[in-house]
Amino acid sequence: MPFILRRLVFYLVAAWVALTINFFIPRAMPGNAVQSVMAKFPNLQPAAYKALEALLGVGHPGSIWHQYVSYLNEIFHFNFGTDVSQYPASVSSLLVQTLPWTIILVGTATVIAFLIGTGLGILAGWRHGGTLDRVLPGLMFLQAIPYFFFALILLELFAIRYHVFPTGQGYDNGLIPGWHWDFISSALYHSLLPALTIVLTSIAGWMLTMRNVMITTIGEDYVIAAQAKGLPNRRVIYTYAARNALLPQLQGFGLAVGFVVSGAIVMEIVFGYPGIGLLLLNAVTSNDYPLMQAIFLVITFAVLLANLIVDVIIVVADPRARTMEAAS
Amino acid sequence: MTAVLPISAEPAALPQEEARPGRWRRMPAKAKAGAILLGLFVLAAIIGPFVAPYDPSFQNPSPALSLHAPYSAHLLGTTQSGQDVLSQLLTGIRLTLELAFFVGLVATVLSVIVGVTAAFLGGVWDEVLSLLTNVFLVIPALPLLIVLLGYLQTKGQTATILVLSLLSWPWGARVVRAQTLAIRNRDYISAARETGEKTWRIIGYEIVPNEVSLIAASFVNTVLYAIGASVALPSSASPT
Repeated sequence: MPFILRRLVFYLVAAWVALTINFFIPRAMPGNAVQSVMAKFPNLQPAAYKALEALLGVGHPGSIWHQYVSYLNEIFHFNFGTDVSQYPASVSSLLVQTLPWTIILVGTATVIAFLIGTGLGILAGWRHGGTLDRVLPGLMFLQAIPYFFFALILLELFAIRYHVFPTGQGYDNGLIPGWHWDFISSALYHSLLPALTIVLTSIAGWMLTMRNVMITTIGEDYVIAAQAKGLPNRRVIYTYAARNALLPQLQGFGLAVGFVVSGAIVMEIVFGYPGIGLLLLNAVTSNDYPLMQAIFLVITFAVLLANLIVDVIIVVADPRARTMEAAS
Repeated sequence: MTAVLPISAEPAALPQEEARPGRWRRMPAKAKAGAILLGLFVLAAIIGPFVAPYDPSFQNPSPALSLHAPYSAHLLGTTQSGQDVLSQLLTGIRLTLELAFFVGLVATVLSVIVGVTAAFLGGVWDEVLSLLTNVFLVIPALPLLIVLLGYLQTKGQTATILVLSLLSWPWGARVVRAQTLAIRNRDYISAARETGEKTWRIIGYEIVPNEVSLIAASFVNTVLYAIGASVALPSSASPT
């Protein structure tokens, strides 16, 4: 089976497992979730009560199998039901509002951290034992301390003590979101500090693995042969050594995306950033079960999609993955 | 037997009772530092609640004691509502260590069971267990944790430990599986099989002991992950 097709089947299975877990969580949990929601929001309409019952499986309308099929049907139509804490907004409209914030900020910061970290890793591995190598433990320290603590310190320092950056939120209060410069510049300005914390705390991991793989790659015969031929250093480093050392790095990137999303939840809580992590926190504190479940699914699918994209990149970058495809 | 040790000049002269301090002295400095640090935390976890100077949840109504800087009566200062930070710290260490230890233990046991079974039995077992491991590796754990704990009516230490252990075994399982695959065809395993050892005995006495360093590393990683995740969980705020 071709490599990409095999991966695609795997992601489909993973997506199905996530959907099924999501289906069974509310049904397996003790207590009546609908009752607790209704107690919290007395102004809900009876229609919302019925919809909640169907979603959370309380009152058991029909067999489990029947519920499961109709649940999958709703999900495929991107219909996550009506929100209870911001009634009558639909859950999907809330998701559409918050998702771009998280994807743009966290996505950009992760790619920047990956590029800088990998670049520094190449240099550190090439000049093994040099100055860059000695900077590494310092960067590792930034990664080792708990993220929320580091973020709080930067917030205290740069936003509260010296007013270099705003203290939080996605944009200035007075602005209306839209495609005009005032809003975009304000959003960019507000995203600088959160992005900085993500980049600073995740650079070291990329740098360390890249450096280690570089060191082993440099010892390979083909790199020594390239040097012996008298090729310029640049060409040896980037075309011969780094390109091959990059492959494990790419595989790590796929797995890291999941951890990045989790880290983003903490980041959004610390900075009050209007993304999906903050939405999740609010959903949990207000017992907003439909929203909670929808967010879990959206985050899971985003991670699966990112992994699939990384797999495609690996096929493009690694001729061996392509030949594997041809052979099997 | 002690003659192979290069350090002591007269090994035979050493009485048996002095073996323990000798081992401590021979430990590398890094290991000593680690043991002392861990020991301090364990000690604080055991005696912490007894030596805490105040009730950690007592809120001092005096407005002067809100967010007070450290001074002699409150060595680490006070919180916004006038609680003593030192007492909270001393009480909290026990909860965190307890959580970290049990999550590490349960998750490591799960990962060893899944990893060794997959690699040793092979075939369909391996396919299914590897698929399960990879699926749980790719599903983001923190959102799932938050949702699961959001549903639990009783939010407490036990629930958090259970949920965290159920979600943090896949990394370890993958590493253990790879290592078991690497050693399952070694000569001594084949020899054990030739002599008619039972499967569980080969696993328990030949394979797992040879992976102890790996399992220990996986335990440490899980413990780190558990502490980080428990801090990040907004809904599981441990009772203080």
